[in-house]
Amino acid sequence: MKIGVVVFPGSNCDHDALYAAGVLAGQQAVPLWHESEDLEGADAVILPGGFSYGDYLRTGAIARFSPVMSAVRRFAAAGRPVLGICNGFQILCESGLLPGALLRNAGLHFVCRPVYLRVEATDTPFTAACRAGQVLRIPVAHGDGNYVVDPPTLDRLRRERRVIFRYCGRDGRPAPDANPNGALDDIAGVASEGRNVVGLMPHPERAVEAALGSDDGLAIFRSLVQTLAAETALTVAG
Amino acid sequence: MKAFVHVALKKSVLDPQGKAIQAALAKRGHRGIGDVRQGKCFELQLDPSLSREAAAQEVERVAREVLTNPVIEEYSVRWEG
Amino acid sequence: MPFSAAQIARQGLTLAEYQRICDLLGREPNAVELAIFGVMWSEHCSYKSSRVHLKGLPTEGPRVLQGPGENAGVIDIGEGWAAIFKIESHNHPSFVEPFQGAATGVGGILRDVFTMGARPIAIMDSLRFGPLAPGKGVSETVAARNQALLEGVVEGIAHYGNCFGVANLGGEAEFDPCYSGNPLVNAFALGIARRDAIFYGRASGVGNPVIYVGAKTGRDGIHGATMASEEFSEASESKRPNVQVGDPFLEKLLLEACLEAMATGAVVGIQDMGAAGLTSSSCEMGGRSGTGVDLDLDRVPQRETGMTAEEMMLSESQERMLLVAERGREDEVFAVFRKWGLDAAIVGEVTAGGMLRVRHGGRVVAEIPNAALTHEAPRYQRPVAAPPSLAPLDPPPGAWPPAVSCAAAFERLLASPNLAAKRYIYARYDTMVRTNTLVAPGAGAGVVRIKGTDQALAMALAGRGRYCRLAPREGARLAVAEAARQVALTGARPVAATNCLNFGNPEKPEVMGQLVEAIAGLGEACRALGTPITGGNVSLYNETLGRGIDPTPVVGIVGILSLAGRVCGWRPPAGHFRAPGEAVLLLGAAPPLPPEEEVRRMGATELADAVLGAVWGLPPALDLERERALHELLAELVGRDLIFSARQVGLGGLALSLAKCALARSVEEPETPFVGARLVLPSGAAPGSDWLELFAEHGGRVVVSCALASAAAVEELAAARGLPCRRLGETIPERLEIAGAGGRVLISMPLAQMAEIWEHALERQVSAEAVAYV
Repeated sequence: MKIGVVVFPGSNCDHDALYAAGVLAGQQAVPLWHESEDLEGADAVILPGGFSYGDYLRTGAIARFSPVMSAVRRFAAAGRPVLGICNGFQILCESGLLPGALLRNAGLHFVCRPVYLRVEATDTPFTAACRAGQVLRIPVAHGDGNYVVDPPTLDRLRRERRVIFRYCGRDGRPAPDANPNGALDDIAGVASEGRNVVGLMPHPERAVEAALGSDDGLAIFRSLVQTLAAETALTVAG
Repeated sequence: MKAFVHVALKKSVLDPQGKAIQAALAKRGHRGIGDVRQGKCFELQLDPSLSREAAAQEVERVAREVLTNPVIEEYSVRWEG
Repeated sequence: MPFSAAQIARQGLTLAEYQRICDLLGREPNAVELAIFGVMWSEHCSYKSSRVHLKGLPTEGPRVLQGPGENAGVIDIGEGWAAIFKIESHNHPSFVEPFQGAATGVGGILRDVFTMGARPIAIMDSLRFGPLAPGKGVSETVAARNQALLEGVVEGIAHYGNCFGVANLGGEAEFDPCYSGNPLVNAFALGIARRDAIFYGRASGVGNPVIYVGAKTGRDGIHGATMASEEFSEASESKRPNVQVGDPFLEKLLLEACLEAMATGAVVGIQDMGAAGLTSSSCEMGGRSGTGVDLDLDRVPQRETGMTAEEMMLSESQERMLLVAERGREDEVFAVFRKWGLDAAIVGEVTAGGMLRVRHGGRVVAEIPNAALTHEAPRYQRPVAAPPSLAPLDPPPGAWPPAVSCAAAFERLLASPNLAAKRYIYARYDTMVRTNTLVAPGAGAGVVRIKGTDQALAMALAGRGRYCRLAPREGARLAVAEAARQVALTGARPVAATNCLNFGNPEKPEVMGQLVEAIAGLGEACRALGTPITGGNVSLYNETLGRGIDPTPVVGIVGILSLAGRVCGWRPPAGHFRAPGEAVLLLGAAPPLPPEEEVRRMGATELADAVLGAVWGLPPALDLERERALHELLAELVGRDLIFSARQVGLGGLALSLAKCALARSVEEPETPFVGARLVLPSGAAPGSDWLELFAEHGGRVVVSCALASAAAVEELAAARGLPCRRLGETIPERLEIAGAGGRVLISMPLAQMAEIWEHALERQVSAEAVAYV
């Protein structure tokens, strides 16, 4: 499988995503330059964390205009898997590929620490190998992760089970300090209508080895590999 | 010809920065200040060869499509010169 | 003479220095030349007061590939890799504008590292502020300003480092009234490169083009270097426009572009434009290579119009580099910078003859031998007087032994900002970007692994202003020992050092006395511990309205930790207890001291200052030979996987070290249960004996925990190295209980209650206003 990781000017978790998808998940991982519309035949695309274009206007606001995003839009429309991590999530929201927006953290400061996440739905390419309700320990590192969306859209997200990850306590239940940024309804990640585009604020690519404190993030990469493998098997069989 | 585009969070969206500043002002003893909203201002210098109408159209487009995120923000435009 | 005495003084030069300039040039300088000499001969750029003394420092060792004199030091770390690192001050800019001052401090040290071809993988900071809470000698206004400085500095560091994408491994933060008007912001950065692909700041190859890359030049920070070489006065407030604004996004692009350009093989030499910008980068590169540099200022990318030659030569606009490329291969360099959307322009050429020649508007506006600006800069043997005696040798009447209970003192210390959790600060830093961080902030040292190798690097910073106030030489030795000890706790072997010397006005002989003594102490400790100094910086004139800081040498130590043969997922010992039912031991001991000396050595402790409100006597005792043996023992214990946790005994003594062993975990993993300990200290019946046991800060001691079954092995290994090892007790759930001889309970507290005090003590002292206005 080939996993493309987009490199915007200012991306700084691109190497980490390439390392997690390539070295640790054992796939072919390639950087995709922001100025190119060529996704180089990638089977899935990751928009990594960082500060694309400095995030000076709004987080993710400029990146959505780059040539690579036109290709990502077509890729997503074709039902292919797209994962936005942190700044990647912000870019997907700005691009309209995911609903909602990410405001400044309620505590006003950048927050970097491990959080617990509950997997709310397993029918996405990035959670297929998880158990529903599984708790993952994954770090956050962001200044703007406070997810907001208008009430009708929130209703819709809940109804369509498109909230994919929620901040929770260690046991999976809501906990007072679990939510690091004030996100609405403890939302840490959501999916598109087609469920193939997923964005989340925490960094699964930073929790891929026990030496780093947790390898729970591997579940996200394994899910992707499993989904792509199943597709290939179907194609071959068909 | 210059356009000032003022972008702020919609009234319906909580502004934690504005709230923190409001609380700090109150604590410092500044009286009579109610709600504080923090926004940003963009100063756009327009090409003088553009007609006023064309300039206005362009600025509106930039404000709507680039400078604001309609999910959370709104804008207003003020002209100078 | 074309200049008045006032004009010369405005460039920070004395009349004698002016005469020296005339002698070197063989004529009078013009205004542009005078300004260039002004910055290059400033204390900040020339080290004119400290250089003769720095010569005594150990700078060589088997691993040192590059010592002081380059942009950063370089050491060989094995497997074909080199570590490039340095610490540098940004004290003055941070006082004037804390957010931008600290941000550009981080930006500058990162450039120093990547200009040598290294990718930065870790940063740390050593921060010092005045007290955050009003109190003795600290007014409400001063406390509020200190809070604003802390907030601004921390946000500035976070802003720059997080966006750039480098892991911040913490460092240290301390509070003392002497820093109220002079905060210290010392930024450390470390990068790695292949040892055969290191770049130097050299302008070699006559005829090679000199290329300017990065941000455009504006009027920012003009005379910043001169400003850093003056005392602060009321007028400093108006110097605000001098402060540069940092752009971490641009720096990130510059990093990627520089590394990519270096990989083409077309880059001959490169140096960042830091203090004194275009001037220092061009004349230093030429100076190192014995070449000249011709610069044409009309070709320099400019952000503002109508800039004079002097303004362009002195501008400290950030995120700029000067590089020399191989003639004929310029296009390879340009292609890389174009790809990253950065300005790059040929602004000059390397020449023979060693002359810095600057053209502007088509005519030569300055012509100075590079050597006159660098090697020939003045060096002063300033008058040195014995450091002043700043405190009595013995405690004030009635102060010792303290009248309060040990338990009450313990509670006060838990809330002391110097000892309280620093999470409030480091939670804002990205501590793990690039997924190399094995030990994040909060444990003492930070550890990053190097992917694709079996190596990890440990690093720590330490400075001890109060110790140095009482005895600069001993204080400096203690700072080196502490930083090296923190590194050794991870199992790493300390191998090299960098230092930042923060002092007052060198024109005062007693300040020079402090500097000379501190440098001697640094040298002794670095020699004894096998950590040569590879670079650093000197920050003098840290005085406001005539009040100077404590002499504060800050030391950064780097150590190598081999991961060869480790099981997958192995991590160095933690800074906190692991589980109940494990043995707690104290390794090392203070050298034996006569009773009155014991009490004198308590006068510089946090207990004396924060609880008793008095400082006297001498810094804690330290035996460097035992310290080195302790480091070797720790490497052995970690190598054999015998210990689960290790934490040094530092500020606050054994009591606070044990408290941190019990509390540090709850901060990182908020929902895991607390692990404390039940311990007995062998305090005697003499008055004050409990106090000495609990709160003395003598060097060379470490608290470790291990399996009960391993305790005997730990004791044996310690004995084999001639080091005392004392079994203190066992870990237990939820409480810390410390008893003295005969089972008298000295401290007994639930950890939840201790955590409530310790974890939030710092943020409780910062008002919402200070946070909102950043």
